[in-house]
Amino acid sequence: MSSIAKTSMNSSAADKARSQGHYRFKPLNIGRILVWGLFALALVVAPLIFTSSLALTMLSQIGYLIIICLSYNILLGQGGMLSFGHAVYTGLGSFLAIHAMNKAAAGEMAIPLVLIPVVGGLAGMFFAALFGYVTTKKSGTTFAMITMGLGELVASMALMFPEFFGGEGGITTDRVYSKFFGLDFGSGLQVYYLIAVYCFVCTAAMFAFTGTPLGRMLNAVRDNPERVEFVGYNTQRVRYFAFIIAGFFAGIGGGLTAINFEIITAMDSVSVVRSGGYLLFTFLGGATFFFGPIIGAVLLVLASVLLSELTKAWLLYLGLVFLLMVMYAPGGVASLIMMNLRVAKFGHFKRLLMPYLGILAAGIVTVIGAASLIEMIYHMQLNAALGPKVPFMGTELDTSAAATWTVAIVVFVVGLGLLEGVRRLTARRWGRIQEAIEESIKKGEG
Amino acid sequence: MSSIAIHQPAALAVQQSAHALELRDLRKSFGKTEIIRGANLAVNAGERVAIIGPNGAGKSTLFNLISGRFEPSSGEVLLHGQRIDGKKPFEINRMGLSRSFQITNIFPKLSVFENLRCSVLWSLGYRYSFWRFLSNLHDANERANELMEMIGLHRKRDTLAVNLTYAEQRALEIGITIGGGASVILLDEPTAGMSNSETAHFIQLIKKVTEGKTLLTVEHDMGVVFGLADKIAVVVYGEVIAYDTPEAVRANARVQEAYLGSSVADQQAGAH
Repeated sequence: MSSIAKTSMNSSAADKARSQGHYRFKPLNIGRILVWGLFALALVVAPLIFTSSLALTMLSQIGYLIIICLSYNILLGQGGMLSFGHAVYTGLGSFLAIHAMNKAAAGEMAIPLVLIPVVGGLAGMFFAALFGYVTTKKSGTTFAMITMGLGELVASMALMFPEFFGGEGGITTDRVYSKFFGLDFGSGLQVYYLIAVYCFVCTAAMFAFTGTPLGRMLNAVRDNPERVEFVGYNTQRVRYFAFIIAGFFAGIGGGLTAINFEIITAMDSVSVVRSGGYLLFTFLGGATFFFGPIIGAVLLVLASVLLSELTKAWLLYLGLVFLLMVMYAPGGVASLIMMNLRVAKFGHFKRLLMPYLGILAAGIVTVIGAASLIEMIYHMQLNAALGPKVPFMGTELDTSAAATWTVAIVVFVVGLGLLEGVRRLTARRWGRIQEAIEESIKKGEG
Repeated sequence: MSSIAIHQPAALAVQQSAHALELRDLRKSFGKTEIIRGANLAVNAGERVAIIGPNGAGKSTLFNLISGRFEPSSGEVLLHGQRIDGKKPFEINRMGLSRSFQITNIFPKLSVFENLRCSVLWSLGYRYSFWRFLSNLHDANERANELMEMIGLHRKRDTLAVNLTYAEQRALEIGITIGGGASVILLDEPTAGMSNSETAHFIQLIKKVTEGKTLLTVEHDMGVVFGLADKIAVVVYGEVIAYDTPEAVRANARVQEAYLGSSVADQQAGAH
């Protein structure tokens, strides 16, 4: 978590600072201000660059999913808690937010729309305090199982309490019920900026959390819960408090979801499938670094909006990507970035340029081969009535011709072979570079 | 170290009259097997006690019972006159007893500095706070730096614990153990797996960091035992069969018969 700060600092200056008064708080940390400034800037200018309504919808989704994935990572990355029920807290946050909006619109409560996400947050926090009391008594596999069970429980409750969850149709609302300094939040752009403000504030708050005693002890509990008990801390308490905090931010994300869509259905929003999505993309983005889940949130929206438009087999592709990441880059995209930045910092990145281009080329060949096969099989299973032709990357594939299949298989196999060859080469070179870096670090110490 | 007061006032009041640590007819069974069979021991404040005994005698189990890792089947454990048997490890730690582990037990993915800072937070009263920044906690940071100097790892401040050498990890283990300022320290085979020169260095380190504290250590190396301990407790088959000064223990017929035999006499002869 400190890695953000570490890489953004000038390394030699940091080394000097380390030897004297290194633990002093430095409020004017240029690197940190730069990173946060860029993050704020990106949030502000994004809708000005991507102006289509689809882009705006996606940006809004990215905004609250960043909050949700970061809150999930308090559990997964910082606390080592593999929760399969995070959607419970986002979903219940959404429901209480949407009920609050309806009550406010009916004049029964005076809550401006800008505070609705806080209602969601308090709801998420409340339910996290309630359910978390049970789940955080255990850790590891038991914790995972209990969260999953609770997830199923809440999802099934949705049908038992139709007044609250709205049954299969869900609950709808109209977010335009009050004005806030002239803003009525009718337009998507206004909603986006509301989300963006919450996104920035929550991200900053969650980053701040990583630098507090509770945040650090949470890392210690992740690393070695037994030892934590012998330095005076109750591990269950640490997990429980962290769980409540994660629930609060999850609920804020849920509240923003409700504002954005103006409809919430239990089938979707509290489901275990949704929880699995948060887990999957937090992992893909990278759970070991604070900013990893931000990448995960972007990937989640790109996959579920764009990839699902592109192909019916998008879940299959997603599964393959997940599989490959777990096998070859268990630290997610964030750790790939950080590892390469480290290589670059020590001036070895040039040596990796060719191998990376090789991987890219071989990867493209493999993907073309694999994708054409997958698309043809999907077409035969689902769209056979439309004829034997499948549109594919600007051309057409003929599923009835043996030649198409042969070519696709050959392309796939050749691509796979090339990829494996380049991968081995890259891995060897990577190993040598790491050795060289270790050497130069040792020299620097001595 | 003296600046850290960890005891409850009540514990301080009884401290004068009571032993720092006392075991009364302590027993522990796993299933039908009784591992600790009525252990008795009374350690005065400030004493350094080495616990020796053959493999499987129950030395580590004894530590686990005292530190709250296991719950005793029966009997009492008293820390400064207060009963701690049946309490949770963190409760016992808060009352002023800390322990290290035979198998290195640190926070592998945290840096040396973070490892040590984690060990001091509770005793300084920061508990579960999430409204304060660690970087502003000057006492915790200073204490962690002090510890880092003490165990000689100040040059490895930002190294992840998992990347330390074995001897460095053992030193860190000691650092975490003493971090909270506990007055009673239990070290489970602190020098296990170390070379001779490392061991000699390490004994000095242990002496330095446990100055003024009550120390119990499980140890196999007889050179270490006789060099470090004010008193020796001999554990055989889950009982403390002797507890006395090194000279008296060496002369004790029952100890010689049950455990030391001729091997230690040989070792001593060889050493001098």
